[in-house]
Amino acid sequence: MKHTLSVLVENNPGVLARVAGLFSRRGFNIDSLAVGMTDNSSVSRMTIVVEGDERYLEQLNKQLHKLVDVIKISDITRDAYVDRELVLIKVSADAAKRAEIMQLVDIFRARIVDVSPKTLTIEVTGNDGKVTAFEDSLRPFGIKELVRTGKIAMLRGKRASSKNHINKEEDES
Amino acid sequence: MNGVKLSGAQILLKSIEAEGVDTIFGYPGGMALPIYDALYDSGIRHILARHEQGVAHAADGYARATGRPGVCLATSGPGATNLVTGLANAFMDSVPMVAITGQVTRPSLGRDSFQEADITGITMPITKHNFLVKEPAELARTVKEAFYIATTGRPGPVLIDVPSDISLSQIDYKPPYEVNLPGYKPAPNTAPRKIMEAAQAIADARRPLIYAGGGVVISGAHNELLKLAEMLAAPVTCTLMGLGGFPGNHPLFLGMLGMHGTKYANFAVSDCDLLIAVGARFDNRVTGKVETFASKAKIIHIDIDPAEIDKNVKVDIPIEGDVKIVLDQLLAVLRPNLEEAWREKIKAWKREYPLKYCKSGNIKPQYVIQEIYNLTEGNARITTEVGQHQMWTAQYYSFTKPRSFITSGGLGTMGFGLPAAIGVQVGCPDEVVFDIAGDGSIQMNIQELCTAVNYNLPINVAILNNGYLGLVRQWQEMFYNRRYSQSELLNPDFVKLAEAYGAVGIRVTSKEEVAPALQRAIQLKKPVMLDIVIDREDNVLPIVPPGESLDKMLG
Ligand SMILES: Cc1ncc(C[n+]2csc(CCOP(=O)(O)OP(=O)(O)O)c2C)c(N)n1
Ligand SMILES: [Mg+2]
Repeated sequence: MKHTLSVLVENNPGVLARVAGLFSRRGFNIDSLAVGMTDNSSVSRMTIVVEGDERYLEQLNKQLHKLVDVIKISDITRDAYVDRELVLIKVSADAAKRAEIMQLVDIFRARIVDVSPKTLTIEVTGNDGKVTAFEDSLRPFGIKELVRTGKIAMLRGKRASSKNHINKEEDES
Repeated sequence: MNGVKLSGAQILLKSIEAEGVDTIFGYPGGMALPIYDALYDSGIRHILARHEQGVAHAADGYARATGRPGVCLATSGPGATNLVTGLANAFMDSVPMVAITGQVTRPSLGRDSFQEADITGITMPITKHNFLVKEPAELARTVKEAFYIATTGRPGPVLIDVPSDISLSQIDYKPPYEVNLPGYKPAPNTAPRKIMEAAQAIADARRPLIYAGGGVVISGAHNELLKLAEMLAAPVTCTLMGLGGFPGNHPLFLGMLGMHGTKYANFAVSDCDLLIAVGARFDNRVTGKVETFASKAKIIHIDIDPAEIDKNVKVDIPIEGDVKIVLDQLLAVLRPNLEEAWREKIKAWKREYPLKYCKSGNIKPQYVIQEIYNLTEGNARITTEVGQHQMWTAQYYSFTKPRSFITSGGLGTMGFGLPAAIGVQVGCPDEVVFDIAGDGSIQMNIQELCTAVNYNLPINVAILNNGYLGLVRQWQEMFYNRRYSQSELLNPDFVKLAEAYGAVGIRVTSKEEVAPALQRAIQLKKPVMLDIVIDREDNVLPIVPPGESLDKMLG
């Protein structure tokens, strides 16, 4: 089963290497990993998607906890959450196919972000199901290039998977 | 109050001293020179080893013997990479250590500068944590955090990489900040419900067995363990790391379990109905084939590191927490449960399958080890190298006190014993220290004999010389059709070698000479190396063949 982990880490140099290194040396596979700063610049959030059974996830969770730079891990898989992924797709589009592609873009509420005589570059945002469906529907036209950000996620409602304000750091006087 | 300006190096040393450190082990070089210069005026005692691997193992031995963090210092590049084996060794055995490495200046970082090595990158998987100091103002706090991380929770080595321009910078010294590590949780909370569950399981057990590991020694829980065992009249078996955590001469003691464990310990594991794992981590050398390990038993697992629970073996009652505290809580709710039939069964196994060796012929390694025990009345601090001699020591020296057996368990590092003995002797100046060594292993860090001579450390190195990489030869004999590929050794004259270093060399070639030679070595109070020529092809028995079940022992 796929799990979505929301991991708060200290925004220290090397923190990505520590997390990635842990995954590789313990034989955990990452489906996707997205990382960026939170509203607190000393804290980053990683959204990690992994596949495995309960015992595997438990071991992964415990090993991640041992990293000093990891502040908090939430497995939000079973909670109600919103998730999004941004995908850029460059697709072959000669004059004959253009209209058909633009129709698909409309249906999926995607956007054309670049145009060339032979291609269209399209941006689509959504959860995994939507972006995968969009990708599938474009495939027959010939996908020349595709890039995904990996998924980011957040709990629904007023619940937060973290207290965002960790009073890290000393007076710098 | 306005602070005085100090150099980064001075602040580094001041911060180390503030942690209660009075002795460090090290080896200088270019990028560490600012630190060495500050050391020249500081009150810290520095032991100069002869190789950075020796530096690291000495700090490790010091830490294991005293329970205080071992501190080591090395230069950038090759100095730092030479520490690597020592750090990995300390990491595997959960030894509190702080390693400080010089680094190239901040502007030179990332440019393949002379003697630059990405030591934080290299040691990421073999340290509990590491730091590259980027600002002089961070130094004091970093040192404080490093010691805090190294010594709390499950201990381990922490490395601090200090660019030399930071060591040279002049800044205001402010006393160290409090640690502020929001992501670091030293010890988990113990769930009281689990204590009750464990107590119930213990009350229900007919055949309980305690399996104690290094966590007992680290947490100082030996008295609690003894109480637990006696209250339940439960037999106790120790891992290699656990030896000394329970009195080796106690009637409830079954010796070591696992690959070279006693038959009765392994039978007890296979037959018990309740296994109480205390500060142990179900290493594959302990469990043999995992599927059949303690297969009739309910398992209670007490450990400070939640990640050890359910890692290798699925347990029934996990208890996260410091072993000493958990045992205390458990003792408060337990009632005696003396199961006579189980103890009778174990007594019968002990009678029927004792540890034994053939006593005729040349000098037997087992005999030498027993003599060291007899002559020191079990009061010596023993280090070992890695190989047959290490396993014989574990089997035949009845360790009765915690921190008396100092051996490389998890990593199995040949070359550990001699530098570790130096660290032990530095930490315990009035005690008798022996490195029980193999002729192969001793040559991996033989240069450290000079360190012992340099500082007048009266360590005794007893080489059990079989002319082989004995453990390798044994495996080749048993599992590779006696094809002795690259396991026979041509050795130097160890006596002359000892003398060349300024130590005393003693050769022992007959059984009658063993005791007098050992006695002389102890009385000399100088560094001594004994070359004890033993039976060439003796084996460590019993043995559970790799991957087999514990009750499938040979020999
Ligand atoms: C650094 C290192 N290299 C290789 C090994 C593999 N190894 C384990 S035991 C052993 C033989 C040790 O020989 P010796 O020190 O003479 O001890 P003996 O087994 O003969 O008592 C070897 C090569 C190791 N454990 N450590
Ligand atoms: Mg040998």
